[in-house]
Amino acid sequence: MTRYFLLLSILLLAMPGTILPAQAQPLRLQITEGVIEPMPFAVPAFVPENSAGSQFADALARVVAANLTNTGLFREVPREAHIARVTSFDAGVSFADWRAINVQALITGAVEVSGNRMSVKFRLFDVLSGQQMGQGMQFAGSTDNWRRMAHKVSDAIYSRITGEGGYFDSRVVFISESGPRGNRTKRLAIMDQDGENVQMLTDGRALVIAPRVAPAGDRAVYTSYETGSPRVALMNLATGQRQLVGDIPGAMTFSPRFAPDGRSLVLSAARGGNTDLYRLDLGSGQMLQLTASSSIATSPSFSPDGRFITFESDRSGTSQIYIMPASGGEARRISFGQGRYSTPVWSPRGDLIAFTKSHAGRFHIGVMRTDGSEERLLTASFLDEGPTWAPNGRVIMFTRETAGGDPALFSVDITGRNLRRVPTPGAASDPAWGPLQP
Amino acid sequence: MTLTSKTLLVLAALALAACNNPRTGGTFGGGGTDGFGGFNDGGIQSGMLGDPNDPNSVAHFQQRIGDRVFFTTDSSSLSEDGRATLNAQARWLSANPQFAILIEGHADERGTREYNVSLGERRANTVMQYLIAQGISAGRMRTVSYGKERPVEACPEQRCWDINRRAVTVVSGGRTS
Repeated sequence: MTRYFLLLSILLLAMPGTILPAQAQPLRLQITEGVIEPMPFAVPAFVPENSAGSQFADALARVVAANLTNTGLFREVPREAHIARVTSFDAGVSFADWRAINVQALITGAVEVSGNRMSVKFRLFDVLSGQQMGQGMQFAGSTDNWRRMAHKVSDAIYSRITGEGGYFDSRVVFISESGPRGNRTKRLAIMDQDGENVQMLTDGRALVIAPRVAPAGDRAVYTSYETGSPRVALMNLATGQRQLVGDIPGAMTFSPRFAPDGRSLVLSAARGGNTDLYRLDLGSGQMLQLTASSSIATSPSFSPDGRFITFESDRSGTSQIYIMPASGGEARRISFGQGRYSTPVWSPRGDLIAFTKSHAGRFHIGVMRTDGSEERLLTASFLDEGPTWAPNGRVIMFTRETAGGDPALFSVDITGRNLRRVPTPGAASDPAWGPLQP
Repeated sequence: MTLTSKTLLVLAALALAACNNPRTGGTFGGGGTDGFGGFNDGGIQSGMLGDPNDPNSVAHFQQRIGDRVFFTTDSSSLSEDGRATLNAQARWLSANPQFAILIEGHADERGTREYNVSLGERRANTVMQYLIAQGISAGRMRTVSYGKERPVEACPEQRCWDINRRAVTVVSGGRTS
């Protein structure tokens, strides 16, 4: 249903968009390379439809406002400026009052709570044309998940206006860091994409690094030192149960990544001064060696169709990015710029590869096309590394460390705009963005 | 999880614990690590360092011979100094065959995390191969890479990076009195 309405609204919008002059363009944001003027929006407190609903009425609207603002594509017209008051979800909208304060997108909502259940409704209005955009929508669920409902509302609004998929109702697995730098305590942790609802997944006794989330969001893989040596660990995120997988006797195994179907992993095994890539079938435990060169091959990433793997290798002398078939075979180098290229990560849309680049003492997060063309550096700092894609392929999160400072999570959109720090309770590194939740 | 798989996990944990316990006696660090933090790390091992003036003491190995060698950026080649240190380590290990060693490979913080695990492994392996060439049995040696996770000193300067790119020979086992 949702998808149908969404599609419909996009189609309806796309058609007149080509003929009408700019002034009369319906509510639509094209996310392009150029600097864009953020679209002004207003989201009054949601209307409580019963007294129990009032405790969430304002909070829901604030989460929606924060999500939209954080994209850098929208600008909130503050409450103080509002002329009209929204006191009924179904009453007509006084568009003139919103036009008067230059609001272009108006979001109204309502919330009803009974016991621990709640239902949330919203509508989106194009103020300039004085029309509702798409149909109203309703979400129902537990009050414990009230933020998720605000994220669902935000995703629907973002999708309708930009024509892109959303990413607000998604979670991020990362490494929470504490203690002295020479002997860091690192815990696997998970949070909402906006830094809320942080939960620790490991107790910090064993060093853990570089997690990834399964395509369905149900499991995570990471590298754990719980045996004293790097080993690949697989965790069920619902139960917290974990196990070590992919043992190769005499080798250190690390850098695990899920295949798009979630049934196998690609991982690195280091022994004898040489690191190669292997594919592990999680069902049977069978391992297939994918690379066999006397050099380092690590930090792999599957293409979204599962047919290819991109990885970094120093076979040419310095770290560069390569692509090979997912079953192994000849690898093609795609990075040829100056400096070292690391941690390639295929975008969920399949068209771009994000990477870490170090050159002349600086570190960058960048993107290039899968043939290595159109390289674009999005960031520069003392140490940026480890990009991970938002589910819609528009935003990249990564680790940034300033000289002498603690590592923190940052995000940037793929045009290089809207660099933001993602709030975490303490030092944090190695973000791994999970899928949009169902 | 079924009872069987639970049992298997417990058995696996016990087996790992057994493998990981150094053969006898102590682990003598100096690598800037806290050993093998994990579920099987409950026991505290102890052993005597001895007098550094005693050429067969662990203290002598650590303080007089030097338990570590250093590398240049992105390299796992041994320097002249590094080879001299390893020659002396090999002589000590030959004279003290009751000790096993763990060689830790480390990288500085100026690289990406997983590549540095590979680089640390390559450095540890270089040291192991060199010691094998000096006649030390491979059976006495294990390697581990910590990548950039365990810097000796964390500062955003060259002098720190230089001492963090290292391989440390950690002596374990041997005399307990």
